[in-house]
Amino acid sequence: MAIELLCRKIGMTRIFDDKGEAIPVTVLEAGPNFVIQKKTDETDGYTALQLGFAERRRKGVTKPQLGRFDKAKVAPQRYLHESRISAEDAAGYEVGQEIKADVFSSGQRVDVVGTSKGRGTAGVVKRHHFRIKKFTHGTHEGFRLPGSIGPGTYPGHVIKGLRMAGRMGNEQVTVRNLEVVRVDAEKNLLLVRGAVPGANDGLVRVRPAIA
Amino acid sequence: MNRLDHIEGVARRDLPLFRSGDTLRVHVRVKEGDKERTQVFEGVCIRRRGHGTSESFTVRKVSYGVGVERIFPVQGPVVEKVEIKSRGHVRRARLYFLRELKGKKARLRSKIRDLSSLLAPDATAPGSAADVEPAPAAESAEKA
Repeated sequence: MAIELLCRKIGMTRIFDDKGEAIPVTVLEAGPNFVIQKKTDETDGYTALQLGFAERRRKGVTKPQLGRFDKAKVAPQRYLHESRISAEDAAGYEVGQEIKADVFSSGQRVDVVGTSKGRGTAGVVKRHHFRIKKFTHGTHEGFRLPGSIGPGTYPGHVIKGLRMAGRMGNEQVTVRNLEVVRVDAEKNLLLVRGAVPGANDGLVRVRPAIA
Repeated sequence: MNRLDHIEGVARRDLPLFRSGDTLRVHVRVKEGDKERTQVFEGVCIRRRGHGTSESFTVRKVSYGVGVERIFPVQGPVVEKVEIKSRGHVRRARLYFLRELKGKKARLRSKIRDLSSLLAPDATAPGSAADVEPAPAAESAEKA
């Protein structure tokens, strides 16, 4: 399994390709990520890299955590994430190593995992794409209500799993197979075609596309 | 959006300061097969909208009795250069009313005779293609 980087979503813009066509892109700040710890088969039963992203003050972390960062000779990081990786791939990385955007190359396909924007309590129209009722033809009020939620005395209850209003968003969303349009290793930026879940400044994870 | 600025690159300064109401000659890069040539689209700018990389403008002309409107990106490399033929005297930013007008009614009074103050900020001779050429090239190099 290939490495999964922690990135920050900066925002969307458009760039022009050599044909002069505008491409909508999301700009992601790809780390730098630091390897904090290497998990191995012998000690942990699986292989993975623990990556840290976004520097923070030394006072912002607890002493036990600080010890871990100091051991890796890395400044304290705000976010930690484990990236499962094969033993062969893990051999190429060392604790304390800096990983930048150039692990990806332009033209490559990636999956982006993020947390969608929270919508709070949302009605069925927004949440489940129910249709809005007609504003004419005698409709009286309740344009955005769900309507009937089931039969009456028999069965005497609402069937399980019926789509209703409720909390929406703020959940993990994966967008697969996005094209990497450009990699700026110097500024450590990834430009990915299309939209990516979450608000600007949100944390996302980027990995090579599975399929 | 400031953090996006360096991605979007520097705004091109090789275009004259045109606005809606101006009669423009837009030099458009056209690709035919592997050959590239320039086509001129001449008409009235009826709209300029957006900012940054998404800024665009609409040029309207009447071709063989049929109204034709083309929307161009200001920052896109498709637009090789723009010349202002005349500045129209208009009192609004969106000249959609021109769509309803035909013939002599669809003309705009010219506002000023001397267009030299509208020349491109960066190009000494914005008319020459040689001046226009380096700017988009440098921009794409920076992006790459």
